[in-house]
Amino acid sequence: MHRIAHILATGLLVASHSAAAEFYQQLDTEWSLEARAFPDNAAFASQSDGQLSVSLLSEWYAEWNRDFSVTIAPFARFDAQDDERSHIDLREFYWQGVFDRVELRLGISKVFWGKTELLHLVDIINQTDAVENIDGEDKLGQPMVRLNWALGGVSLQAYALPYFRERPFAGEDGRLRAPLPVLQDDALYQSSDEQSHLDYAVRVQGYAGALDYGLAWFSGTARNPQLLAANIVNTPDGPQATALQPFYGLLDQLSLDAQYTVGSWLLKLEAVWREQGLLAQVPGQAPQLIEVDYGAATGGFEYTRYGVFESAWDIGYLAEYLWDERNDAADNGFQNDLFLATRLAANDVLDTTLLAGVVMDLDRGSRFISVEASRRLDGSTKLSLELRLFNNIDARDTLFYPLRQDDYIQLELTRYL
Amino acid sequence: MTLLTPKTLLVTALTALPLLAQAQTPEEQGLAIAVEADQRDEGWGDSESTMTMVLRNKHGQESVREMRNRSLEVDGDGDKSLIIFDQPKDVRGTALLTFSHKDGNDDQWLYLPALKRVKRIASNNKSGPFMGSEFAYEDISSQEVEKYTYKFLREEPCGELSCFVIERYPVDEKSGYTKQISWIDSSEYRAQKIDFYDRKKSHLKTLTFHDYSQYLDKHWRPARMEMVNLQTGKSTTLTFSDYAFQNGLSDKDFDQASLARAR
Repeated sequence: MHRIAHILATGLLVASHSAAAEFYQQLDTEWSLEARAFPDNAAFASQSDGQLSVSLLSEWYAEWNRDFSVTIAPFARFDAQDDERSHIDLREFYWQGVFDRVELRLGISKVFWGKTELLHLVDIINQTDAVENIDGEDKLGQPMVRLNWALGGVSLQAYALPYFRERPFAGEDGRLRAPLPVLQDDALYQSSDEQSHLDYAVRVQGYAGALDYGLAWFSGTARNPQLLAANIVNTPDGPQATALQPFYGLLDQLSLDAQYTVGSWLLKLEAVWREQGLLAQVPGQAPQLIEVDYGAATGGFEYTRYGVFESAWDIGYLAEYLWDERNDAADNGFQNDLFLATRLAANDVLDTTLLAGVVMDLDRGSRFISVEASRRLDGSTKLSLELRLFNNIDARDTLFYPLRQDDYIQLELTRYL
Repeated sequence: MTLLTPKTLLVTALTALPLLAQAQTPEEQGLAIAVEADQRDEGWGDSESTMTMVLRNKHGQESVREMRNRSLEVDGDGDKSLIIFDQPKDVRGTALLTFSHKDGNDDQWLYLPALKRVKRIASNNKSGPFMGSEFAYEDISSQEVEKYTYKFLREEPCGELSCFVIERYPVDEKSGYTKQISWIDSSEYRAQKIDFYDRKKSHLKTLTFHDYSQYLDKHWRPARMEMVNLQTGKSTTLTFSDYAFQNGLSDKDFDQASLARAR
């Protein structure tokens, strides 16, 4: 830590010395107005049929001498219906220095690993900001020390992650929530260090010809908690849980992600092997800590036809298969599923795009349908539409079943300042 | 996508007269011109510039794109380039890394700042519009000699200059063009005008080059390019500013870490 502090101090010193020579900064701010309508009757009382929220994301970036920079990116959302969805987060707050081929990052940041479109199985550094969207693409800022050593077509990365971020869940008044209230302030941990457990990760990534690959090892707290039955009361029908309590076990993950790009084809694969601590609950007994290990994978292709029908339109076809060794116990709900989608791009001045797809559970017949479309209104405004439908959801699909009444259509207007 | 590195300027130029005299067929003459033009611009090393595109539809409505470009000359292969997008604001921070190749498809990676994701993309979309403009991807990519075959047509006056008129035919079957006719001035071998013919062999677009300046006493670059689509009435003006050469850039400024860092 001493050495890191020294490097940091040196970096800042160099920065201030040459500030007059070469200093660059930019401030980017965007705010969004988001409206959701839920046409179906709510599955739970207290849930509303509409949802209105505003969000603000700002990023200040300052760079000295090209090699040293500071990034600060706060985010806030105010949701009129769901208190738990109203939140603020420091998405990024880090210093970065480049020393020839070595890049050092200190602070809160975001990192993405992976290749596939639907499910980001390999991506594990950042916690999912699950109240933002069910697509899992919004992430909370993660405190980290990150080293990246670039060696031509290959780079080696090492991460130390000294603090854990808990996953946020929608509140009782919100749609797209768990079947019972989640005790978000009372999470259980396998490690006695709880949120202070030091996680670490190493990754090799690079490309060779048409192949892009990443091979990684992560050891630390699982990002996706197990939800345990809690606050059990006796009813005439027997004991029943009235809340869910998150349990964060320890997780080791070995992962591979790869993409082969040939002509108009992108062939994609993500695979993980995990060993994870879980709590086994038997009614009337204290929960038992067990170790499970399992594999999961997703892979498929994206094929694009450019300039179809003598226009500037591109049409892409996507197919990805999702598999998880745990079957019904898969904590992402995708154990034997097929994702089919099409991507349209008008390549016009307004950058009109659309991605429409369906995920089919090949065991149960449940279907999840998603449409995302967007177009620019002018040089600083964008309009986005999102449609999500939960169709024919089987009661054994425990993850999607609570969402079965939560079909929604969303309009979002984003203004860039 | 090495926007406007020297080669991009389609600087097909004529060799010295003795060489021309050696060339027997119009095809050999055309190739000799292309090779000489390419060699005349060698040695620029690296460059940086700011680019502004003004897109106009047939009613005269305008929209603006701004980007910054960094390019690196690569011995024995196509150039490397990094483009950082500033306007429109919804794509601000997006960056595109291209390793162009003399043979085969280029390698391209796109950085998406919202997801912090670097994505390898298919690079065989030659004829699609770049940023919704009248410039196709192949118009702004690195113009390697090997990507065309050539035919010398004639020499004729072009404004105050005299120009060689050369036809060139894309080697790549994914190209949106059957041929291009280019006018190259005989004094400095700079592209002055190009007519593009579409797959139906109809005249589709005309590109003109304006306000050339010479950098490092050697390399000519236009300050403005005008692309007019004759079939739709749309046009795009591309202007360059803040040209800087030999900034000490190297391979490590054109890798995936630099792509994700680019601002």
